[in-house]
Amino acid sequence: MTAATNTVSKPKGRNWRATLFERPKKDYWHPYLGGLLLGLVLFASFFLTGNGLGASGGLNRLVVYVEDLVAPAHIDRVPYLLKMAGGDKNPLDDWIIPMIFGTLVGGFVSGWRNGRLQVETNKGPNITKRTRWVTAFIGGAIMGYGARMARGCTSGQALSGGAVLSLGSWVFMFSVFAGAYALAYFVRKLWL
Amino acid sequence: MPFPLPLETLVGKPLMYAVFALIGFGFGFVLESSGFGNSKKLAAQFYFSEMTVLKVMFGAIVTAMVLIFTTVGLGVLDFNQLWVNPTYLWSGIVGGLIMGVGFIVGGFCPGTSLVAMATRKIDGLFFVLGGLFGIFLFGETERFYDLWWNFAGYMGRITIPEWLGLPYGVVVVGIVLMALFMFWGSEQLEHIFGGRDLKKEPRWRYAGAAGLLVVAFGVLLIGDATTADKYARIATAKELQLTNREVQISPGELLSTIGNDTLKTIILDVRPENEYNLFHLHGSQNISLDDLQTYIPEIHAQQALNTIFVVVSNDEKAATQAWKTLVAESVPNAYILEGGINNWITTFGENEQNIVYAPDASGEDSLKFTFPAALGDRYECANPSPHEWELEFTPKIKLQIKRDKSGGGCG
Repeated sequence: MTAATNTVSKPKGRNWRATLFERPKKDYWHPYLGGLLLGLVLFASFFLTGNGLGASGGLNRLVVYVEDLVAPAHIDRVPYLLKMAGGDKNPLDDWIIPMIFGTLVGGFVSGWRNGRLQVETNKGPNITKRTRWVTAFIGGAIMGYGARMARGCTSGQALSGGAVLSLGSWVFMFSVFAGAYALAYFVRKLWL
Repeated sequence: MPFPLPLETLVGKPLMYAVFALIGFGFGFVLESSGFGNSKKLAAQFYFSEMTVLKVMFGAIVTAMVLIFTTVGLGVLDFNQLWVNPTYLWSGIVGGLIMGVGFIVGGFCPGTSLVAMATRKIDGLFFVLGGLFGIFLFGETERFYDLWWNFAGYMGRITIPEWLGLPYGVVVVGIVLMALFMFWGSEQLEHIFGGRDLKKEPRWRYAGAAGLLVVAFGVLLIGDATTADKYARIATAKELQLTNREVQISPGELLSTIGNDTLKTIILDVRPENEYNLFHLHGSQNISLDDLQTYIPEIHAQQALNTIFVVVSNDEKAATQAWKTLVAESVPNAYILEGGINNWITTFGENEQNIVYAPDASGEDSLKFTFPAALGDRYECANPSPHEWELEFTPKIKLQIKRDKSGGGCG
């Protein structure tokens, strides 16, 4: 309501809330166009840097960074964590960190341009918002655990490894789809 | 082979990170614009009503793949310098299945949840928090099955063409055909389950499919570069290094490198096995020129930054051959032992009573000593103490920083 009155009383461009969050909503790209452009980003990444894309590795380093602040001695006793943050190693000193911050900004800018910055909870019609939040958290935890076990998520393993024809990445990719399809029927209430 | 760029040495760390941030920006922008910030759109994939996930993912994979292998085939991009996720078969399969479960329950994968959170979707925020918690749990429980995680089904850096023994071009064409078939199948499923009117789909997608196929067949036509082809591309510079003797290190320098705890020295002895059994340097491994080829992926899978490779033969001929293979396959820090084993024994073996100088007239790369028994590295001069020998030498090793390719997004 206040936003509407503001728009009237002030010149439109000055109202940053309106400029940010009330742009006209546009359609998503056609999936093949999205695929083509995502492929070009992925190729550019390999061509320029030798690395593919990634996300979960960056989240991993954030977690380890916090752990290192809270319990540095613990880090030094666990070999898996030691590799990233042992001694005076800074777990955030890695290319994946600027990449995930870039991803956040890129997602935000695209959402802003296309009027998709509304605060909302996307869910199936038959569950409450609260249920959706709980399942999102649980699903995220399962996903996070699995992604570390598989040494990468959909971006770091499937997309990146897939494009350079890594055998393990292709096996991984089909495992993800298999796991999701196998369970989809049983959790259909969440989405349909 | 100029690409990928050695960004860290070229522009420094801050600018290198800026490049990664820019790539991340493109990544996030495309994900959001494709609808991946919306969990409903992602979950629809698994009920066949909207196959956007599959179309975007496979579209991206095949687009990047044909471009990567075209540039690799043309010699513009060096495949050895690209990060290829090593294959850990079992943790990949189990982890993948777990992720599939997380995907359908939570509605996102890690990358897409970041984009959802950035566009103020509350379910995205909860998913990210859950993801951080799951990652934390893994870090705290990995030690209980450390061995399985690190070794079950480990195959190193291996690609599908290597695994099948097929040329890259054949596999690239095969995967493009498979992807096109899956796109077609997806559209049929969307028509059946999602009631999508296929007549309204844009016609340019046929042109895109044809374009992909043409490029894929281009990869097939160019063919795979052999090690010899790769060496030919860099031959001028490398032959110059050989004639200027920039890469032949003296026995003294090799010994001091072995004694240097901050460096890892891998000595590859490329002589026939019987000569290796007679005498070899302590810690060296015997590998024939033919097997060297299969050892290369292992080198590229290793992450050690400060590893030096020294190839050794009786004199230098076979070692130089091996060195050419290594540099053609972009192995960093490769050197040749100057004068080979013969020179080594001359330098360190003055007190060895049993090793007799007996030059053989045949061949320039032959062993010039005879040994009483095949003691391998148990001769004293096979393992001289780096602290006892203070030899003068002009240092030739210039440590080349390995590029910052690390555990993919996953390290």
